[in-house]
Amino acid sequence: MAKEWVDMTSDERQEALFARWMAPKDPQGNDLKFQSPEAEKAFKARVTRIKDAIQMKKLPDRVPVFVAPSFFPAYHAGITPYDAMYDYEKCAKAFRDFVFEFAPDGNLGAYVPGPGKFFEILDYKLYSWPGHGVAKEQSYQANEGEYMKADEYDALIEDPSNYFTHSYLPRVFGKLGGFQMLPTLIGILEMYGVAINFIPFGLPPVQATYQALFEAGAEALKWMGAMGGFNAEITAGGFPMIAAGFTKAPFDVVGDTLRGTRGVMLDMYRQPDKLQEAMERLVPIMIKMGVGTAMMLGHPIIFIPLHKGADGFLSDEQFKKFYWPTFRKVLMGLIEEGVVPMPAAEGHWDTRLEVMSDLPKGKTLWMIDNSDIFKAKKTIGKVGCLFGNVQSDLLVLGTPQQVKDYVKKTIDGCAKGGGFIVSNGAFFDQAKAENVHAMVDAAMEYGSKAYK
Amino acid sequence: MAGDLVNLLADLKEQEVLKVVKERLDKGEDALKILGDARAGMEIVGKRFAESQYFIPDLVYSGEILKSVSELVKPKLTKAAGTKKVGKIVFGTVAGDIHDIGKDIVVFMLDVNGFEVHDLGVDVPVQKFVDKIKETGAPVVGLSGFLTLAFDSMKQTIEAIKSAGLRDKVKVMIGGGQMSEEVRKYTGADAYGKDAMAGVSLAQKWIAG
Repeated sequence: MAKEWVDMTSDERQEALFARWMAPKDPQGNDLKFQSPEAEKAFKARVTRIKDAIQMKKLPDRVPVFVAPSFFPAYHAGITPYDAMYDYEKCAKAFRDFVFEFAPDGNLGAYVPGPGKFFEILDYKLYSWPGHGVAKEQSYQANEGEYMKADEYDALIEDPSNYFTHSYLPRVFGKLGGFQMLPTLIGILEMYGVAINFIPFGLPPVQATYQALFEAGAEALKWMGAMGGFNAEITAGGFPMIAAGFTKAPFDVVGDTLRGTRGVMLDMYRQPDKLQEAMERLVPIMIKMGVGTAMMLGHPIIFIPLHKGADGFLSDEQFKKFYWPTFRKVLMGLIEEGVVPMPAAEGHWDTRLEVMSDLPKGKTLWMIDNSDIFKAKKTIGKVGCLFGNVQSDLLVLGTPQQVKDYVKKTIDGCAKGGGFIVSNGAFFDQAKAENVHAMVDAAMEYGSKAYK
Repeated sequence: MAGDLVNLLADLKEQEVLKVVKERLDKGEDALKILGDARAGMEIVGKRFAESQYFIPDLVYSGEILKSVSELVKPKLTKAAGTKKVGKIVFGTVAGDIHDIGKDIVVFMLDVNGFEVHDLGVDVPVQKFVDKIKETGAPVVGLSGFLTLAFDSMKQTIEAIKSAGLRDKVKVMIGGGQMSEEVRKYTGADAYGKDAMAGVSLAQKWIAG
């Protein structure tokens, strides 16, 4: 009999999640039917290659290659980011064609654009998106702000869900104002007084909010239908997705979405204890978010975009005090459950990668953007698998030969001993298609020789 | 006493700074002088940032402290605080890009180094740069951008400056997220600055040198 999850070690849990990834299911829960025996073989070879690179126990058959774009597949298909966000079928087709054309070992799926109409229905304020604050030809961008006020830490710490419902969500979604009037549901305990708790649901603002939610939910479902079709097609075609879902470092939850960059920076001076307490409170929530998605989808890798801990954003001391401890707890919590965290070190993280090397080996996957990947190989690369570093300016402005030369250089410098995957370093919008091809081709050519 | 305020601000002692400012105001000291000391403190902050003793949070915090000082001092100001500036610079994040963190840091550093910075904000239309250069006669232009889409916006902005007949009157620097020397060549800018200090050095070279 198979071991129960609770009795497994973290190594066994990771193996179990990799095994589920290796044997994908269709939406009905049956074994997925591949396009052809070759596609099935290719899928398993790709997952095995990625797994070997991550685990660092044995060398993969060749250096794997990821292509991890933002809106590039849309531009490449000749549609705008606006089209990709508002016409879900067009979006799925563009991203599917992209995967089949470039044939990377790992891709990011078609989730980047997201459903434009859904954001409109709820009046989302945290971002400007194509046709809604930025031009239709451009990708969405964040509108940072103090969506959580400086004096609201206690409310967040006391009950994060309640805080999100009553304060945060109504501020970032114009149509969720009714949430401010909702009762605290834990007040619903016995016959006596129960009905009083439900009065808010009879009030017009709350009903308007629920009306918007029904509409938004229906739109999200419609979008997910197109995404589901896309997933099934690329998986059946032999192409695994890199990650199941995402979670975040607690410092970035506060610094990106709640208090904003300015807010979190001031809090480090003015109310460091509250900030620390709030981040600690977020640790189990961020772990659960990652583990939940990985378990549901049967895929071990969880993406974690890293932002406000980059070089220069904090002093070394601040990084070690405010950023790393709770982030490490999230990583260790994920690893314990067999999840492979995939932090994306966006921008420069040279000095940080060394600090973050304090992790068990063969458990993490690191996207390296502008950091020196050759130095990273000697720090974080000793314990975790690296990918990335083929930079956006090279993909946009360089020549295929320059791209090939750079890929060769990264393979020569980083592939030794395994734990390395060729990839772009930042999620890119623009690029010359021939340069993206050159990156994949070079990985095939030099990456095959690397382990011979 | 003057040294106190200068150093307290440089050391980011918010409460003490505000206390000293209030005391000096109560004693009837010239508001302009207090503001001058605060500025001197900010210059030290800028210097420490340049020497990698301070980081972005320190700049943000010092800016907040200065803001509080200004609010205390402002009601007592009888004349405008006209500090002598080294030179004018037009600055902004180019069209289509709404990122401001990097831009704000460079603007801050240029400001504490004595430049008169005309910050046009984010997503700045090409024409707005041209108009501002004409209006101010600034000899230096800083273009900021985070996204790859900014490559083309920067190129277009520089082309528009050229079409307006201003290209030989200004030096243009670029910087931000995915910028590099390759991008500089593509856009036709005069220089690429890899961080805020590089921006200050370029401005100093072009304006003073």
